[in-house]
Amino acid sequence: MILTTILVLGGLLYLFAARNTHWPPYRSLCWVLGILCAVSVIKPHTGFASHMWGHLLLGMQAPLLMVLSRPVTLVLRTIPAPLARQLTRLMKSRAFGLISDPVTASVLNIGGLWLLYTTNIYAHMHHHAVLHELIHFHVWLAGYFFTASMISLDPRPHPRSFLYRSIVLVIALAAHGILAKYIYANPPLGVSAEEAEQGAMIMYYGGDLIDLVLIIIFCHQWYTVTRPRVARFREKTVCFAKNAEISRK
Amino acid sequence: MEVKSMGFASRNLWSGILFGVGFVAFIDEMVFHQLLHWHHFYDKSTTAVGLVSDGLFHAFSWFATVAGLFMFADLRRRLTLRLKKWWGGFLLGGGVFQLYDGIIQHMMMRIHQIRYDVDIFPYDLAWNLIAAAMILAGTLLVLRQKGERHL
Repeated sequence: MILTTILVLGGLLYLFAARNTHWPPYRSLCWVLGILCAVSVIKPHTGFASHMWGHLLLGMQAPLLMVLSRPVTLVLRTIPAPLARQLTRLMKSRAFGLISDPVTASVLNIGGLWLLYTTNIYAHMHHHAVLHELIHFHVWLAGYFFTASMISLDPRPHPRSFLYRSIVLVIALAAHGILAKYIYANPPLGVSAEEAEQGAMIMYYGGDLIDLVLIIIFCHQWYTVTRPRVARFREKTVCFAKNAEISRK
Repeated sequence: MEVKSMGFASRNLWSGILFGVGFVAFIDEMVFHQLLHWHHFYDKSTTAVGLVSDGLFHAFSWFATVAGLFMFADLRRRLTLRLKKWWGGFLLGGGVFQLYDGIIQHMMMRIHQIRYDVDIFPYDLAWNLIAAAMILAGTLLVLRQKGERHL
């Protein structure tokens, strides 16, 4: 309930802020869709398969959409300058550098899932409302930090190279797939073998699908950043020539 | 997608290798897992190291497919694409991955068999022979290209 409230409030604040600045509508759309993905999940669900669909939406799809909507940029643009300076100072801190590093974010994200499904936390979750809420909050936030550490275009005081990120990304995706197959063979406490097999397949193939989108965005950013200078120069000269032509007319 | 220290020749080769690995893994998943249902998602005889190896290669091949294609696009926009070198890399990467899958993952780590409830020998033989043929053809293409002038 608390997490839902936070998410809905966040969604409204974003839209409000976007109205006051020049902001592409597709980013607002991504944000709203991301919030909807996350909110649709946070309810007591029945069965392991539907739990897995929820995991994909809350931990992968919602963060992906929300990262694409560049919320940090919007926040920095909207809040008063002194506050924005404080926020950037916080983002430049070593602690934030650590938590936003791809390795830390991957361990928090995928490691958390290993903990959830290979211990009895998953069984406990359904009996404790607070634990339920906390775990969902963690899955969403860790998913956001993971996705952001890979493809965020928000300001990054601690940039990491594409090569480093790509290696961590492959290992993290592998750990996700391995966990899915592990669940297939070793159902979590309180989950029947049949349900576990179904859930594991959803986690494996559904994860692959969202990962594919993540990989394409990642490679496209790499491709864009490394565009040859010559081509840029040529574009510029074409631009100059066109301007000259216009002024001559 | 540029790795600065790499010349255009090896970039052609690596783009092909990456896409080759990804392509073979994709065919494996699409044809043998999904369409024919010969391969199993999980085989109870899978070793732990087999599970890790399979997971790493699956994730890597997914990434390699996309990265290989973006490198291909990069070679094209730089007007440095050399198709023979690229196809050589494609066959080489695909062949090596298929051989690894056939010998190490299927036979030694036992992640799953090519097909169940049949005499497996002809399947294993065909699988690995195709892999060897791809490696041979790829190597020939890559080496033949070597003598040609650099564009």
